Amino acid sequence: MKAVDGVSFDVHEGETLGLVGESGCGKSVSALSILRLIPSPPGEIGGGEIFFEGRDLLRLSEEEIRAVRGNRIAMIFQEPMTSLNPVLTIGRQIAEPLEIHQNLPLKGALEKAKELLAKVQIADSGRRLKDYPHQFSGGMRQRAMIAMGLGCNPRLIIADEPTTALDVTVQAQLLELLKNLTRDFGMALIIITHNLGVVARYADRVNVMYAGKIVEKGSAQEIYHHPMHPYTIGLMASVPQLDQDVKKKLVPIRGQPPNLANVPKGCAFHPRCNSAVDRCREETPRLVPVGGNHERACWVDVRK
Amino acid sequence: MMSESENNTLIEVQELKVYFPVSMGNILKRKIGDIKAVDGISFYIRRGETLGLVGETGSGKTTTGNAILQLEPPTGGKIFFEGEDITGIGKKEIRKLRRRMQMIFQDPFSSLDPRMKVADIIGEPIVIHKMARSGADYREQIADLLRVVGLEPSMGDRYPHEFSGGQRQRIGVARALAVRPSFIVCDEPVSALDVSIQAQIINLLEELQERFHLTYLFIAHDLAVVRHISDRIAVMYLGELVEIASRMELYHNPLHPYTRALLSAVPIPNPTVEARRQPIFLKGEVPSALNPPPGCRFHPRCESAKAECTLQAARMTEVSPGHFVTCHRS
Repeated sequence: MKAVDGVSFDVHEGETLGLVGESGCGKSVSALSILRLIPSPPGEIGGGEIFFEGRDLLRLSEEEIRAVRGNRIAMIFQEPMTSLNPVLTIGRQIAEPLEIHQNLPLKGALEKAKELLAKVQIADSGRRLKDYPHQFSGGMRQRAMIAMGLGCNPRLIIADEPTTALDVTVQAQLLELLKNLTRDFGMALIIITHNLGVVARYADRVNVMYAGKIVEKGSAQEIYHHPMHPYTIGLMASVPQLDQDVKKKLVPIRGQPPNLANVPKGCAFHPRCNSAVDRCREETPRLVPVGGNHERACWVDVRK
Repeated sequence: MMSESENNTLIEVQELKVYFPVSMGNILKRKIGDIKAVDGISFYIRRGETLGLVGETGSGKTTTGNAILQLEPPTGGKIFFEGEDITGIGKKEIRKLRRRMQMIFQDPFSSLDPRMKVADIIGEPIVIHKMARSGADYREQIADLLRVVGLEPSMGDRYPHEFSGGQRQRIGVARALAVRPSFIVCDEPVSALDVSIQAQIINLLEELQERFHLTYLFIAHDLAVVRHISDRIAVMYLGELVEIASRMELYHNPLHPYTRALLSAVPIPNPTVEARRQPIFLKGEVPSALNPPPGCRFHPRCESAKAECTLQAARMTEVSPGHFVTCHRS
């Protein structure tokens, strides 16, 4: 099964990249592979290169990659409930990477943990350090995760559906916090999400994934205002928009996303595509530029 | 308070309260308080319309739906269905009521019995309510229901695990329609589905409403979806109703500070629009429903709270025709 198949992308300092797609499109797997967090076996990175600050992460030794994980690159997961250790205090968990990567003594690490909690706007951070995860609300747990990620001044933060389990007002608070932090520290941010609104609000550039491949990439402006792949166009037409006044009918994409163990031949989207031609059923399109930095993988000219 | 005298009203809820007692201690259990999941809310739903009910986790929106369906006994208040008081009716009457009101659940994976064939799942309510004249009639009804929700009649012989999330939700819709109800509570019917599938189910619900003159209470946290499908929208916060208005009025003229914050927090999939918007960030977190703040429950997080708000709860008032808000400031 190819969860991610020939995906290439880049992200620069101070920039936010949105990785959009539905469940099972490979967006999380591609992010996990940046940190070589794909369990092997059964998973395997079958090829490719991942350059971070000029080094190929796939060629690093286990020890070297561990010096990158949680240090130069931090990851924030969807479920703050399951990614925090329930039997360790919040302070202990934020201090751990500081002890490992920055050789701080426990006392110094806890002192820094307190500062970090304050930075992610948790009130009374000194007392809160001694709390266990269950004493935190969902939004606070996710803040603690962000504090943990920020500890070693990473250059890249990968946020995998960071706010999906949270209420919309909490989601807005957290994303704003992440955005401001990346701006203030000049970090790069990769947001993985299925929420087109979140990407529109925060991402500079967008990669749209379908069935393990990037089908379209470009600046947020290009992707939203001039989508060039039928899947992207379909997604935009199928979501209701808060600011739409007319009660116009949504245009759904027919069928359902494919199972990655059984991806259709040719272009994986062709069984659901209204513009598909014979060639789409046989040959897999590659990403090609359609002007500027805008690329798409499609055989059909969808421009009206 | 808000009764509409015409028989245009299908559901009327008056001062509904649903409390859950909380006790402490293992041997000598003593009650230490109540979780006020729903605390004195009033609204009506007109025949053939969709009322959207939005609010965040713990706001009481699901409990409200359950109370209307008599799945949760109210602690106080009254619920009228077609003008008839259905609060605290007996088991037999509840069963009869189920023919007229149904529900569609959030999770199409856990709400269908994995050991039953789809035809039996859809047919169960028909059997319970003795709605089939013969075996042939029963099979015909099931085939019809499958067709109505966009599935093949032959799919009735399969089991739920053979279907995708979107198809399972269609099965859930068919089961709700089986008894030909007039009212359906849709509790987060699309939030478990993939983005490209959500529109299929939303469109289906809209088509069915028109075809069978259904009335919906549409409960969801996704405001964009709610605004799309609803005629009117009610906003809940911590067990209370803070605002009700038509979908247009609520979006263009939100009056409650919580409604404003909620609307501004929803990102719009358009980077140009987003660049111009400034979200309102609420301070703090939602307080516990076991020990809600005195006065207006929203006051600790409200930018425009004044002394009065900390002392006394506001009453819901109609500020313009059909637009109700619970706030001292309006």
